[in-house]
Amino acid sequence: MKRPQKDIARSSRVVTRRGLVLGGVQLGLMGVLGWRMQSMQVDQADQFRLLAEENRVNLRLIPPERGLVFDRNGVKLAINEQNYRIVIIREDAGDVDDVLARLARLIPIDPEAIENAKEEMARRSPFAPVPIIERVPWEDIARVNVNTPALPGIVAEVGLSRLYPRGADMAHVVGYVGPVSDYDMSRGYLAEDDDPLLREIPRFQVGKTGVEARMEHTLRGSAGTMRIEVNAAGRVMRELSRIDGTAGQDVQLTIDSGLQAYVQARLEGESASAVVIDLEDGDVAAIASAPTFDPNLFVRGISVADWTGLNENKYRPLASKTVQDAYPPGSTFKMVTALAALEAGVIDTEETVYCPGFVEVADVRFHCWRRGGHGNINLHESLKQSCDVYYYDVGQRVGIDKIAEMARKLGLGERHDLPLSAISEGIAPDKAWKRSTRGEDWRIGDTVNASIGQGYVLASPLQLAVMTARIATGRKIAPRLVRSIDGVPQDSGAGESLGLNENNLRRIRESMFAVSNHNRGTAYRTRIQEETMRMASKTGTSQVRRITAEERARGITSNDDLPWDRRDHALFVCFAPHDNPRYAVSVVVEHGGGGSTAAAPIARDIMLQALYGGTPPLEAYPSNVRSSIREQQDRIEQQAAERANETSDRA
Amino acid sequence: MSYLEYQVRYVPAGLRKLLYLNWPIIVLLTAVACAGFLMLTSVAGGDISRWAEPQMKRYAVGIVLMIGVAMVPIWFWRNMAGVAYAASLFLLVLVEFFGTEGKGAVRWIDLGFMQLQPSELMKIALVMALAAYYDWLPMGRTSRPLWLVPPLLLIFIPTALVIRQPDLGTSILLLAGGGTIMFLAGVHWAYFATVIGAAVGAVVAVFKSRGTPWQLLQDYQYRRIDTFLDPENDPLGAGYHITQAKIALGSGGVTGKGFMQGTQSRLNFLPEKHTDFIFNTLAEEFGFVGGLTLLILYGLIIFFCVASALQNQSRFAALMTLGVAMTFFLYFAVNMSMVMGLAPVVGVPLPLVSYGGSAMLVLLLAFGLVQSAHVHRPR
Repeated sequence: MKRPQKDIARSSRVVTRRGLVLGGVQLGLMGVLGWRMQSMQVDQADQFRLLAEENRVNLRLIPPERGLVFDRNGVKLAINEQNYRIVIIREDAGDVDDVLARLARLIPIDPEAIENAKEEMARRSPFAPVPIIERVPWEDIARVNVNTPALPGIVAEVGLSRLYPRGADMAHVVGYVGPVSDYDMSRGYLAEDDDPLLREIPRFQVGKTGVEARMEHTLRGSAGTMRIEVNAAGRVMRELSRIDGTAGQDVQLTIDSGLQAYVQARLEGESASAVVIDLEDGDVAAIASAPTFDPNLFVRGISVADWTGLNENKYRPLASKTVQDAYPPGSTFKMVTALAALEAGVIDTEETVYCPGFVEVADVRFHCWRRGGHGNINLHESLKQSCDVYYYDVGQRVGIDKIAEMARKLGLGERHDLPLSAISEGIAPDKAWKRSTRGEDWRIGDTVNASIGQGYVLASPLQLAVMTARIATGRKIAPRLVRSIDGVPQDSGAGESLGLNENNLRRIRESMFAVSNHNRGTAYRTRIQEETMRMASKTGTSQVRRITAEERARGITSNDDLPWDRRDHALFVCFAPHDNPRYAVSVVVEHGGGGSTAAAPIARDIMLQALYGGTPPLEAYPSNVRSSIREQQDRIEQQAAERANETSDRA
Repeated sequence: MSYLEYQVRYVPAGLRKLLYLNWPIIVLLTAVACAGFLMLTSVAGGDISRWAEPQMKRYAVGIVLMIGVAMVPIWFWRNMAGVAYAASLFLLVLVEFFGTEGKGAVRWIDLGFMQLQPSELMKIALVMALAAYYDWLPMGRTSRPLWLVPPLLLIFIPTALVIRQPDLGTSILLLAGGGTIMFLAGVHWAYFATVIGAAVGAVVAVFKSRGTPWQLLQDYQYRRIDTFLDPENDPLGAGYHITQAKIALGSGGVTGKGFMQGTQSRLNFLPEKHTDFIFNTLAEEFGFVGGLTLLILYGLIIFFCVASALQNQSRFAALMTLGVAMTFFLYFAVNMSMVMGLAPVVGVPLPLVSYGGSAMLVLLLAFGLVQSAHVHRPR
């Protein structure tokens, strides 16, 4: 059957016509495509190129090496240790569980660490290395490296981490570093710091306390930058260019780490603190607070158990008591009252005050520590025997404002700006102070209390050491902790003359000498026997509770019968040699009982250690204590040896 | 029925048929496929064996199949149209029950040695079936309403099955391809005007009613439509890919970044870079010049198909050739529009360039039919 020719022609006509229409439409649409291509690739090409470049290139920061911390003799206190760690890269590992199980058979790993790593992996990109364990011993690294083929995705890396070789001895001075926290950056000391390192390096280590925190900007250095090409998933493909940063500056402290170690060991067992100031430049040769803690625990990430142990310990190991805590200075404040009176000319050195054991001021009875009283007593004897009534009287005569002025002159009530955390200002109270802080008028009883370093007066152990240093030298000694930064020596703290009458100062020093060297002095039992090193000192015992009239009538409860935290604080300040002073020392034993019994022996031992630059000969001690001192020296040396062992094990 | 309905003076026989193939189309197809091999090598980072080599093998098989199909007289293929349609429909139904899933859609039948995508076969079977129908239907009845029912059923049944998979891209191609044949066959303008008008009206109604008390869809459905139409509103989700694709294309500039130098594709910012978005790699590495060249190659293929169809007195041959050309056109036009951000991403590959077996084989078989029509045309 043939199709009619007419039909064929008609079909051809329709198909041709409509085919051409369709072809035209297609051509038009292709024109649109071409136009779109042109507008994107020719007209807007630059914009798109920029976007592509932004996609491709990332800037990465290279963290600088943190500056080191040394002691005055170049002993390393804070260093950066090469630290081997084992990381896992999920996408290379394949079966993560299997690989981790194999790794755990090869080297000891805490199961908790494995769980943590798995959690971390779930959060991160598959190519991001996730640390499994840090500080892996070299043998374990070698074992992992040998077994690389069986451990896909497991990589041993080298990084730098902070290490404190002197451990607990320096915890309160050098402090420690830790990963920067949101608090640090929002409200903490880094709130003003816009260093990109803080935000861009994960777990960037910054100083948390002590020198590490206060000298953060000296120690940190500045970041280098690296331009890298990344892919869509953020993986680094290659490095395009690099600008190295600068390492942090090295800091040399004034601390003598040997002396510091001794002081720390000597304070062990007490809740106590001690400060040693070298009088030549105001160098803080030792500044120790006990109990202490191992700062390395914090760098590694402290366990909950360790943290709870430190935080709930009633002796407060985390507190740096030398500067953070201020105590009523007690009788160690008497030099201030005496000097104020002498300078004001309200007393004569030979003038006596009668001490019946108490005095009534504004209907309140103020007691001397010796119930029976001291009888007629002059300045010299009052310091030597630490008579309270003498100062009640003299204090009222000279007035609180003059006392406070002298206290400030001697460095009390002033924040000595050492690079340490939370330095206390203490209180050197006067009338204006009470009005502005309490909104009350100063009362005469306040003066009476303040005259013997009780009441409102508060001073930190550092301030007491500074006070002693200034009395010993007559100069405005300013304590300093930093000897040099990157080899550049820092300003001396020797200070100018205080402008006090040298005769008055000499009288006070003579009386302080008597405290230790006259057989009726309160610290005679803890004297130094060696003629050339004899010391001048003052004991202090400050009450932390109020003794009521009933209790006084009953008989004052002995410190030994009181709970620990109700006992008196024991204080002691001294300088030596008395005629050519080289060191000033202050010791505070919290709730230690009497200054002469709890604090004085410690201060004497520290002073001798400082003066001899090591263990002093037994001849320096009075003969009656030599055998017990010998035992004590042996014990401390043994402890030091044990500690040294621990440290070397760890490093 | 036979070809002898037409006046045929000469039909080449045996191997002489090879001389009568539409060689320009074969050359152009090969040129486009070579561009594909090049780009597949590039996106594999220079590794030929990963994607380019299997693609070459498939192309070689496809070309042989195409010539094989071309050797068989076109009247045979016309007679097979019904069978092809029925077989494809059967396979589509089979997918409903036995299909394997991939990327959230059930499109494939696992034949063991290859994954078959029946919806691809249907594209060509539908063109054949409709062309055969209108070849059979006397011209006078073309626009009668009753005679519109069979072709509409032929189109809607497979479209409905494909949209269930779900595969929006293929269903659009089926609808548009089918509609094109009806248009070419001479169905009255008014029908198309009515349908297009109604569709536009419906879309307008849906959008205009939004926010009014009588809105036609639920809010979440509107939000889905929003994301679909304008993925850049969702820059980290669906929009991320299209944004990155546009960056790749635009950053190519006039001359491109050079072979294997495209940062967007090499660094994996570009999604689906060896399949749907391969044009962006080409445009990134070879720029406007490269992209336009490919567009012109495609245009020339369409041109030679249209030219061949218009010379062909056979109604089946002409309709079928134009239908294949339209399907081919829809492939690359939809793909390019979508990768350039002109149309929503519906998952249509770039013909002969994107990596993938089914689409390439089916297209080459379709061009086999075009060749057969060309070789066996009435002269």
